Amino acid sequence: MGKSDMALLSVQNVTMRFGGLVANDRVSFDVPEGALFAVIGPNGAGKTTLFNIISGFFPPSEGQVVFAGDTITGLPQHAVASRGLIRTYQLVQLFKDLTVRENVAVGCHRVTRGGIPAALFTPGWARKQEAEVERRSRELLDFVGLGAQADMAADKLPYGQQRLLEVARALAADPKLLLLDEPAAGLNTQETAALADVIQRVNARGVTVLLVEHDMSLVMKVAQRIAVIDFGKKIAEGTPAEIKAHPDVIAAYLGGTETADA
Amino acid sequence: MTSPATTSTSRWARGVVLPVAAVLAVMVFALNSSGYVVTVIGFAAIYAIFVTGLNFFMGYTGQASFGQNAFAALGGYGSAILSGNYYWDPLLALVVSMAFAGVVAAIVGYPTLKLRGHYLAMATFALGLITYEISIEWTGLTSGYMGISGIPPLGVGRYELGTEKQMLVALTAFLLLGVWISTRLRDSRFGRALRAIAGSEPAAQALGINVARYKLMAFVVAALYASCAGSLFAHFVGFISPEVFGGAMVIQSFTMLFLGGIGTTWGPVIGALMVLMLPEFLRGLKELQDVVYSCVLVMILIFAPKGLAGLVALIPTRRAPAAPRPAEAK
Ligand SMILES: Nc1ncnc2c1ncn2[C@@H]1O[C@H](COP(=O)(O)OP(=O)(O)OP(=O)(O)O)[C@@H](O)[C@H]1O
Ligand SMILES: [Mg+2]
Repeated sequence: MGKSDMALLSVQNVTMRFGGLVANDRVSFDVPEGALFAVIGPNGAGKTTLFNIISGFFPPSEGQVVFAGDTITGLPQHAVASRGLIRTYQLVQLFKDLTVRENVAVGCHRVTRGGIPAALFTPGWARKQEAEVERRSRELLDFVGLGAQADMAADKLPYGQQRLLEVARALAADPKLLLLDEPAAGLNTQETAALADVIQRVNARGVTVLLVEHDMSLVMKVAQRIAVIDFGKKIAEGTPAEIKAHPDVIAAYLGGTETADA
Repeated sequence: MTSPATTSTSRWARGVVLPVAAVLAVMVFALNSSGYVVTVIGFAAIYAIFVTGLNFFMGYTGQASFGQNAFAALGGYGSAILSGNYYWDPLLALVVSMAFAGVVAAIVGYPTLKLRGHYLAMATFALGLITYEISIEWTGLTSGYMGISGIPPLGVGRYELGTEKQMLVALTAFLLLGVWISTRLRDSRFGRALRAIAGSEPAAQALGINVARYKLMAFVVAALYASCAGSLFAHFVGFISPEVFGGAMVIQSFTMLFLGGIGTTWGPVIGALMVLMLPEFLRGLKELQDVVYSCVLVMILIFAPKGLAGLVALIPTRRAPAAPRPAEAK
């Protein structure tokens, strides 16, 4: 018991089958509050599947997900999100017709309130809230370095900045746990460095981060603890130094199709 | 801080004052014209209300519904029966019919909106067909193909809008109120969630937006508009039949929406007016009329994908020039 009481997120024996394919095979790990935790593994290892289960995108075939002391297995994704578990997707999912700032404003949904009546009659608190949403959105855009692009259409941003916008938008939801699925995919070295800096500052703000990443340099630089998945199974867990030296990990990466950088 | 003030003033002028003035100008023009013009402009106002609701669901929320005519029929028949057969106050009949249509939309939408894309489109299309069939078959209530005539004009208490011109003023007021409400809803936390859903459902979901519930609310809002338009039609014309709310209404309203500009505030109004007025302007062309009409529609859709409202927005002095297109990432 004791250990999982401490963990903000506890993944317990999660198994996911797609027909005959076992994408996750009894995966377990704990992410302590305040940690910057990474999940790595070769292509098709089952990392995104694991994220989909944790975030409630679909339920696992077996196993449990415990978040902040509550079992959230099988809850719909919006319900998981409203508890403060916010994820991004491997492929950029921006609201293209909205401006950069409006994208972040949508992120504030979880921490604001008001429906049709508030929209129609705009009482004082709703107007105050809108002003606060605006202020907060701009602040978060400054935080990730997109302050100058606030009024641009989101899909006009260069790709690297789109990924930063996704992080800002997720932060607007005031996450307790932030799940980032390959945030550095497709970024150049410079952009990756900027992203690494943002992730570390996010973590420094007290947000627990769970990161899936291919880019080993990024993971080794920012993660405090790493779990390695291969063919759906967790094959190792430990500090970056331990993982680098782990024979199974070396085998998985050398034996797999992985090359240093795509 | 002069610059934000001026831009917000100019946006106010361009987005509100100008269009409202244009709507009022059209109304005044109609009031000074013959009965026929009044009728056509009245229809345009009613359709504009209907399409404003459709725009809310399709333009802002990004969902397709081919069955909004069902809710117009509920409004039309509700008003016709309640005010014609049971002598209810027309305004009360209109409101009660809207509430009924809203409840039906919530019940029908709950399972239907779990469908996506083509399936949603087909399910909503079926809804329109079913309502059409019911309005034909349930002759005890609807008089079938014969339709219902002698529907009283709109009115409040002892005041009755006896002439078409008086009705037109009321229709304009309904329209402006409808556009105002739709804009308010769009520019709020609620509307932002809807526009997020239009952009990416997975992302909206991941930020805590209950996508199914929000879609349902947008569907109900659109149904309320459709029902209101149906009721207004019944009171304006004094007669309804199943054909009024048939498939032609769906096609007509889609043409208006895309021509006027989907996802824009005033597109539905412009579109409704254009689609109903264009044939009148082209009347002189006799047998070429339909060909020219179709050509004009196609041209506008090709050269103005955001519709006529999008063209209007292109006229200078709007916003800062678009930011230079940054080099695309690989
Ligand atoms: N919805 C699904 N239906 C069927 N099979 C799936 C589904 N999602 C994933 N898979 C399969 O499960 C396995 C794991 O996929 P997953 O996307 O989780 O891998 P990943 O570790 O995220 O890979 P990558 O590094 O390429 O993103 C793959 O073989 C994939 O084809
Ligand atoms: Mg993946």
